[in-house]
Amino acid sequence: MTHILYLPIAAVLAFMQSAGCTETYLHLSHFSAAVIFSFFVSIVFGITQRSNEREMVRHGAYCFGVFVVGMFVVGWVMWLLHH
Amino acid sequence: MAKTEMSTSEAGSGATAAPLPAIAVVAPALTWLLPGAGHLMLKRWVRGLLIMVSVLAMFFFGLAMAGKIYQPNTGDLLDILGFIGDLGAGGLYILGRMFDWGGSSICAAVGDYGTKYIVVAGLLNIMCMVDAYHIAIGRKQ
Repeated sequence: MTHILYLPIAAVLAFMQSAGCTETYLHLSHFSAAVIFSFFVSIVFGITQRSNEREMVRHGAYCFGVFVVGMFVVGWVMWLLHH
Repeated sequence: MAKTEMSTSEAGSGATAAPLPAIAVVAPALTWLLPGAGHLMLKRWVRGLLIMVSVLAMFFFGLAMAGKIYQPNTGDLLDILGFIGDLGAGGLYILGRMFDWGGSSICAAVGDYGTKYIVVAGLLNIMCMVDAYHIAIGRKQ
């Protein structure tokens, strides 16, 4: 039964061994990479920058919103500069 | 008046000489070794788990995207800063160096994203260490 607990660790390790310059690495678009980045960073920002739980959630959501909106704004600015 | 000033200065020196509680050292150290562990030790269960999941996910997403783990170097300034950021991940960085995880060079477009993910995971962990310290000394609930 306990070996089931080790399966995710073994899977992660095997995945990481193949995550070098082989063909098997995680393919993410720039947008999805930025959204995942924003999500996890916002969680940590919310927890570390505020004192009580309610404000943590609000601040985390605010940071996530700023990240995503900022991403679209910067994207459009770059598009305008390019054209 | 002089007596009052003296007692105030004594009180001030007494306050600065107060020893740091052991937990204020152990909690950040634990967080450095395993993200979120310091918060869990301080019985902040939800925060600890969220930090653990977030930092571990950032680090392993970075590795899965063939991100590079910086080695100690004295070359380019950005490489030095990258190493400092990576070092913040503590135990994860040690494991990464031990098992030679990560891409050795940028071999895919996502590899650059992965490298940034790994650096930011370390920087977030440093923020979590500071947070654990503040909780341990009672500055934060």
